[in-house]
Amino acid sequence: MALTPALSEKPRTAAESAAPLLEVRNLRVEFPTRRGTLVAVDGVSFSIARGEVLGVVGESGAGKSLTGMAVIGLLEPPGRIAAGEVRLEGERIDNLTPEAMRRIRGRRIGAIFQDPLTSLNPLYTIGQQITETILTHLPLTRREARERAIRWLAEVGIPAPENRIDHYPHQFSGGMRQRVVIALALCAEPRLVIADEPTTALDVSIQAQIITLLKRLASQHGTSVMLVTHDMGVIAETADRVAVMYAGRIAEIGPVRDVIHAPKHPYTIGLMSSIPKLGEGRERLAQIDGSMPRLTAIPPGCAFNPRCPRAFDRCRQQRPELVRVGATEAACWLYAEKP
Amino acid sequence: MSEFARRSDEEPPLEEGSEIASLEREASAESRIEAADRTSLDALARIWDHDLAYSFRRSPVTIVAAIVALLCIGGAVFAPWLAPHNPYDLAALELNDAFKPPAWTAGGTWTYPLGTDDQGRDVFSTILYGARISLAVGVASVVFAMALGVAIGLVSGYIGGRADAFLMRLADIQLSFPAILIALLIDGVARVLLPRDAHNEIALVVLVLAIGISGWVQYARTVRGSTLVERSKEYVQAARVIGRHPLAIMVAHVLPNVTGPVLVIATIHIATAIITEATLSFLGVGVPPTSPSLGTLIRIGNDYLFSGEWWVTVFPGLALILLVLSVNLLGDWLRDALNPKLR
Amino acid sequence: MSAVATPEPHVERTAEAPLLELADVGRDFDVSKPWLNRVLEGAPRLLLRAVDGVSFSVRRGETLALVGESGCGKSTVARLIVGLYAPSRGSIAFEGVDLSTPGSRSAVPQIRRRMQMIFQDPYASLNPRWRVGRIIAEPIRVNRLLADEPSVRARVGELLRQVGLTPDDAEKFPHEFSGGQRQRISIARALSSNPEFLVCDEPTSALDVSVQAQILNLMKDLQQRLGLTYLFISHNLAVVAHISDRVGVMYLGRLVELADAKTLFASPAHPYTRMLLDAVPDLAMSGAARTPVAGEVPNPLDPPKGCAFHPRCPFANARCEAERPTLARAASGTQVACHAIEEGRLPPAHR
Repeated sequence: MALTPALSEKPRTAAESAAPLLEVRNLRVEFPTRRGTLVAVDGVSFSIARGEVLGVVGESGAGKSLTGMAVIGLLEPPGRIAAGEVRLEGERIDNLTPEAMRRIRGRRIGAIFQDPLTSLNPLYTIGQQITETILTHLPLTRREARERAIRWLAEVGIPAPENRIDHYPHQFSGGMRQRVVIALALCAEPRLVIADEPTTALDVSIQAQIITLLKRLASQHGTSVMLVTHDMGVIAETADRVAVMYAGRIAEIGPVRDVIHAPKHPYTIGLMSSIPKLGEGRERLAQIDGSMPRLTAIPPGCAFNPRCPRAFDRCRQQRPELVRVGATEAACWLYAEKP
Repeated sequence: MSEFARRSDEEPPLEEGSEIASLEREASAESRIEAADRTSLDALARIWDHDLAYSFRRSPVTIVAAIVALLCIGGAVFAPWLAPHNPYDLAALELNDAFKPPAWTAGGTWTYPLGTDDQGRDVFSTILYGARISLAVGVASVVFAMALGVAIGLVSGYIGGRADAFLMRLADIQLSFPAILIALLIDGVARVLLPRDAHNEIALVVLVLAIGISGWVQYARTVRGSTLVERSKEYVQAARVIGRHPLAIMVAHVLPNVTGPVLVIATIHIATAIITEATLSFLGVGVPPTSPSLGTLIRIGNDYLFSGEWWVTVFPGLALILLVLSVNLLGDWLRDALNPKLR
Repeated sequence: MSAVATPEPHVERTAEAPLLELADVGRDFDVSKPWLNRVLEGAPRLLLRAVDGVSFSVRRGETLALVGESGCGKSTVARLIVGLYAPSRGSIAFEGVDLSTPGSRSAVPQIRRRMQMIFQDPYASLNPRWRVGRIIAEPIRVNRLLADEPSVRARVGELLRQVGLTPDDAEKFPHEFSGGQRQRISIARALSSNPEFLVCDEPTSALDVSVQAQILNLMKDLQQRLGLTYLFISHNLAVVAHISDRVGVMYLGRLVELADAKTLFASPAHPYTRMLLDAVPDLAMSGAARTPVAGEVPNPLDPPKGCAFHPRCPFANARCEAERPTLARAASGTQVACHAIEEGRLPPAHR
């Protein structure tokens, strides 16, 4: 039903007619400060298909978390969406009232954050929190909701869920807590889950467990996932496609395998080769000199040009748009047709 | 709506908060870099541009409070030059002029703009001189309380263990008595111990000690808390690895990083200390009547309130309210400006 | 002393004495409630064994890495070595001088100069109120290494250049630098007293990967140029594989495996090491099936009896539940604390 207005704008081929679950177009997130406006996310466009896991990877300050927050409507003021649109199943959700957005959160978009402790209310048992979320979004009785909560706890791998449901968050270990958070995010069966660094606070062995769990649940329930992380390893294990962000923009986006094995954008190439890998010996790592520009001093043209080994004049003057290069898309003048 | 949803609306998740914190950090760092690039000629411009100055300019209430406070403080400090009369020059007193009403009322004269008291002293002049004493006692006792409290807080927080437990229990015990009671107690002990003449001479010092000792706890607790936080930070550990003496670490590393909240408390405490002094003086245990503070003036005037000479007590009272209120408003602003998250 | 404190065969082989030697080192933390609560509630004293029976030595010029998950005691070992904590048991010797007794460090100020530390969080490890020049010069001034101010300043400039910054940066405050640049400042401070031995506690785990590569390369360059010895604490196995000569794996306060880096990553011995290696995300996307490991690190206040890893170990038997294994030399030259390997019932793993 909500698909029609989006479709009426331009005719689509049969292959495209299944609108993506989430479509973000030219998203711009700004932070007005008294010394001018910081543009933290600048002209970001991507879409997530039904059942797809899209990884959003980038270094700190790349704007990856803010993109996720903008989608779910949890930008902290003074941050605001200054331009662009976010469509969920074809329906615009970036201009909804806070009340309408609240109804979408939980029911249609779930969220998993880095620190499980901040996502769980320490004053309520996990059962109360999950049941409450189910009751808010689904037409069930309290008894049914509780049964469903127990099923979810079992599904995320919590042993003896019928006893554990009445425990408080502090009675769980870090890994178990993150499982509870996943249950909480999925219990109203949303179409889309935004997972913001879901494994960063966890130890490697637990991290592997959580990744496996997230992957299994997403494919079992047909849930789409937007996985925001700084860890390429997590992306490689989990995502179908990946968007590499740099200084608030997407540098490269494409299928995970292609981006990891044959990156096109010089930033992605540098990033991939600077990651130490287990199989390698002790030789020098390839490094990208310098650091990501501050938001107050983003260079003109391509934001990566001061650090780019292959930059030329055009990179310093004109900002590149994403262009298709083989299987992926890269925002780089190296791949543009000559003007 | 659900508990979970409500909570997630109110409390931003960690990662996002930290990203915004880094944005803020970036913005302010950027401004400081710009500021540092300029020459010292622009020092004034730099102060004008500082975040604190900015928030000051944006708050009209604070600007008015600052003007009033400056007028009060200026009047007090420059009393000998500003006051039309010297109320304590016994030779200049005219008993005939006693109980003159304020200038604009019937029988008033502009020689005594706010009227005179029972001994013919000019009320306006006594207020200026009285504010001088009130402010001096207030500031001195705050400095004393601050020094004591900061030292105890630093030691307690940094050393920890038994010393910490002892000092903080001491603080707890002191907090279970009203500050005014402790000040009265100290004043009383001093009176008993010292001969009468000596007491009058050092009455001011005793008063400062009494108010100071009754106020150190707040500083100690705040500094202890901040010290515990700073102590666990890696820069303090780095200094320990380098081999610096604990005292040097406390003074050179920890102290500069815990002063922010102390300044806020001190500003608000000045107002409280002035009131405490006024209260003690009103009760008659403060400064001697020969050099009256605002509190003493109010007490003296209080005797004549119901016989119609209201101005003797009302004007010192108004002066006290103006002084305390303006200092308090400045303190509130400083607290908000230094820590916007605490509002 | 337990059986663990057997002399290191390495020492005999290399003729040269080790730079640093830990023998049966342990550290407990008192995590009981305050005295008043203990008296009123009858709560018992609680001791947390953060580190127990750890023995290893570090040879001059090498990089020894300690890896393990959070709470395994690796950071505590680092802090014991630099003297931020005093050991509860055992001895720590630097060039044969015992540092473990209280006061011994101040008696040997030379040692303090020769041993420095790099911290994890570049935002917390520099005093925000100090200029960079003063931060870097602090070890020089405290140890009175240089006589006059101009030479201190010249040395600070030289150190800044050495870590890839410019002498002008000495006038700035830490907040004017990015995370990676701050870590460079932290390294410059550690180097300012001409140390031979650097304890690096997760020096890159707060940094972005591209910056991490810069810092790791810098640390390697400095090691070559200045002949430094590193003790490298990390939870990131790929980073450890990249930087270290030898690797110690810790679990719940104990060393479970100690081996040459090459050997350890090619054929890990201890079941826990195998599990850790298996958990590292596969960037090559080879599609190899991983065996996700069940369970989590137990509560260190109530560690399992016997081998601490037995509740999670697929090879555990009755002996593992009852008797604690000690570090012993296995066939590959690896030292490993595992009954299954000692009894030969564990197949060697090859990667």
